[in-house]
Amino acid sequence: MLLGVVAFGVIAGVAMVASGIAPLVAMLMSVVVFAGASMVASAQLLASGTPVLLVVLTTLFINLRFMMYSASLRLHFQHEPLRWRLLLAYMQADNVYALTLMRFAERPDAPGQRDYFLGAALTVWTAWQLAVGAGIVIGAGVPASWRLEFAAPLAFIAMTIPLLRDRAMVAAAIVAGLTVIAAHALPFKLSIAAAALAGIGAGMLFEKSWR
Amino acid sequence: MIWAALAGMALVTYALRASFLVLPPGIETPALLRRALRYVPAAVLTAIWAPELAFAPGSEQLAAGVVAIAVAWRWRLTFVTILAGLAALHLFHWLL
Repeated sequence: MLLGVVAFGVIAGVAMVASGIAPLVAMLMSVVVFAGASMVASAQLLASGTPVLLVVLTTLFINLRFMMYSASLRLHFQHEPLRWRLLLAYMQADNVYALTLMRFAERPDAPGQRDYFLGAALTVWTAWQLAVGAGIVIGAGVPASWRLEFAAPLAFIAMTIPLLRDRAMVAAAIVAGLTVIAAHALPFKLSIAAAALAGIGAGMLFEKSWR
Repeated sequence: MIWAALAGMALVTYALRASFLVLPPGIETPALLRRALRYVPAAVLTAIWAPELAFAPGSEQLAAGVVAIAVAWRWRLTFVTILAGLAALHLFHWLL
């Protein structure tokens, strides 16, 4: 799993610098935003002169999934002191969520869930920042013939497919994919927002009709 | 402009991450919202990669994407999926 984090981190670093973000700004973004998909997408939008407000809106939709992680982590951590919850919030990441929630589901009453989560999250955070740093340094040094830019969509495919465990989830992904393609002509990646809403709707509809 | 974007992105992302975690204990999350949020990762992540395959300049991206989907389905390993997808991209580029 850590190999995947490192691979995606390096790609994100390379992609940000390739879009014209200054190396130090890219590294700072990696620390304060700490969400790879939105960083790569925003770097591309900024490079094409998109207004800041729309860049932030796209970030909101791409990172909407953290709200879902926040809601499920709350079930486990709501009795922790606020300062711990504020830290746990910052440490959320896709693969940390997948890893810890799987374990919490197997052993719901096991003690030390907070430390388990923090251990996993800190490991991923460190690997991620080092990888992004490496990607920024490598930057333009990667020969274009390697086609490394294609690794970004591949990383998202690798994150999506394991989520598709029931019909409703498959419906959400397919409808979101079709919507984003149909709405491609919309400016400023508004197609992502449209696809997110259509996908959520499809998932909820399917869930209902299969019960 | 880059600083405004950076601040806005950081703020929005942290607000989403903190949203439910900062609520005091005892408050129920609305069931409808929880159900809706369940589909967010699959929908949003697909919305990010699907155009990269569909609107690529050549057909090798789409073909390599299909290979990556199959590999991800079978092995569920990020690193293996990326490697297989990149290998397939170069193979199809050479073939097509």
